[in-house]
Amino acid sequence: MGVEFMHERETKNYSNAPMNKSNMNRRILIDKVAKMLFLSSTLFALLVLGVLLYRIGTQSIGWLDLDFLTGKLSIFPEKAGIYGVLLGSVWLMLVVTPITLIIGVSTAIYLEEYATKGRLQTFIKTNISNLAGVPSVIFGLLGLTVFGRLFGLGSSILAGGLTMSLLILPIVVVASQEAIRAVPGFLRDASYAMGATKWVTIRTVILPVAIPGILTGSILALSRAIGETAPLVVLGVPTLILKVPTSVMDDFSALPIQIYYWTLDTVLTPEYANLAAATIVVLLMVLFLMNSTAIIIRNKFQRRY
Amino acid sequence: MDKTIQVRDLIKKNLNNPKNRNIDKIMPNIFLLAASISVITTIGIVLTLIFDAFKFFKEVPLREVFSTHLAPLAVNPSFGILPLINGTIITSIIAMMVAIPIGLASAIYLSEFASDKTRKNLKPMMEVLAGIPTIVYGFFAYSFVTPLLMTIIPSLGAKNALSPGIVMGIMITPMVASLSEDAMNAVPNAMREGALALGATKLEVTLKVVVPAAISGIIASFVLGISRAIGETMIVVIGSGSSKNFSFDFTQSMQTMTAYIVEFTSGDAGSGTLGYYSLYAVGLILFVFTLLMNLFAQYISRKYREEY
Repeated sequence: MGVEFMHERETKNYSNAPMNKSNMNRRILIDKVAKMLFLSSTLFALLVLGVLLYRIGTQSIGWLDLDFLTGKLSIFPEKAGIYGVLLGSVWLMLVVTPITLIIGVSTAIYLEEYATKGRLQTFIKTNISNLAGVPSVIFGLLGLTVFGRLFGLGSSILAGGLTMSLLILPIVVVASQEAIRAVPGFLRDASYAMGATKWVTIRTVILPVAIPGILTGSILALSRAIGETAPLVVLGVPTLILKVPTSVMDDFSALPIQIYYWTLDTVLTPEYANLAAATIVVLLMVLFLMNSTAIIIRNKFQRRY
Repeated sequence: MDKTIQVRDLIKKNLNNPKNRNIDKIMPNIFLLAASISVITTIGIVLTLIFDAFKFFKEVPLREVFSTHLAPLAVNPSFGILPLINGTIITSIIAMMVAIPIGLASAIYLSEFASDKTRKNLKPMMEVLAGIPTIVYGFFAYSFVTPLLMTIIPSLGAKNALSPGIVMGIMITPMVASLSEDAMNAVPNAMREGALALGATKLEVTLKVVVPAAISGIIASFVLGISRAIGETMIVVIGSGSSKNFSFDFTQSMQTMTAYIVEFTSGDAGSGTLGYYSLYAVGLILFVFTLLMNLFAQYISRKYREEY
């Protein structure tokens, strides 16, 4: 019975062979169309990127020159420069970099080397991954309440820097954790076998090997901080700072803040759009430099075991 | 022989070095202290939000909070939060309508169709898209996408929910694409080869084998994308403006929760006023929204992950 049934099916298939062939052609056609569709979706996203860069590039032409970089802010578009703003961003990074590196790497060392698998470790890890998902504007509220009002730092560079540090801390921690985890176990074992204590092993064996990875991740995190706007706006960083900041307690303005206010004011003065575009070009250049550095460090210093 | 003794001495010296011993006792505590800062940050966020939001909810009756009338700076201020939630949901829906199809299609292309070489070239470009600051996208939405859309929809306002929604979608696309691609890459090749051996085309393998197998990770990427859209600030601040009307007309200005916070802190709401406390109430709701989304995403990818 079974054999007969199979036989029947086989003949049936043979008799339908031409129809099957056309079906196969249809399926292959659909497959090809779908592939083009998927490819064009990918390219569409990149096309938008291209249009964005092109638009901003052309809008900044004629506005982005040396005077623009070294000039002070002004209400006259022709005279306006971003020297103070650029310096504000540099100051901000000077505060954020050491704080996030020290706290971030220490947290990663604790989680990877010291913490025993258990509730505390899971709790801190869950906490960090959730902290990474908190909207940046909420960090702004935290900074405003705690650093701005409670500590009385107002909208100074220090207040902004501390807020930004907390914002990018989870990224630095996760990147450092991965870098430390990638250090092969035999290096550790060799160090312990020589009688080195845990801290000596971390300091002389693990960190030197992990540092390229840590730096790569941290630079990427810092490039997030340099472009972040919302927390600083919430903190009340003012728009027109004519004075160039000289200490961490000074008020400041940063590149993204200036882009924000110039964009808002394009309604009144259309030339501000060009200024905003020129500032964006500067910001993107800074980001490009940082990311290139990160990639160079990764390629040059990463050792494989 | 000589060397063996040296090494043995060295080890002995290392082991008995009291300085190292003492440092080794202190260091874990210092690192624990550093690790606790992230926990303190979370506690700080929750406390600041709850503390000041509490003052708001004490003053404003719940019936007013869940009304559609929002006029914080009026003589008789009213704090209905529904227009903000409405604005947030509408811009997020528009964003996801862009990010989900494009992101998923890109992920499928990169993971299933692209050659290794194409993938190596395309992925860094997608990462560039993800690395552009949101303020830049905001400027782009306002100065390019809105005027462009105006040629199609003449009634479009200079500030509207549509254009920042679309741009936000483009911004989220790389995230959805990369997380979905990771999920699809985790599907073992044996499953693909099995289906291919049965005569399935690549598309059939993708839709009937790979996507179903990776569905938990794919949905998690969507949920994280939504969470990102809800929390996104600068694009909607610049592109969507600050209209506090309750309407579903996405061609006009709408305010999101994040935009309300930005507008109000950079405005003239002094500390201690009801308007100031309303920031924290909105912030608290925003925080809870995004936290639930993130926990939900973690839950799906953990619970429904198929182990191979």
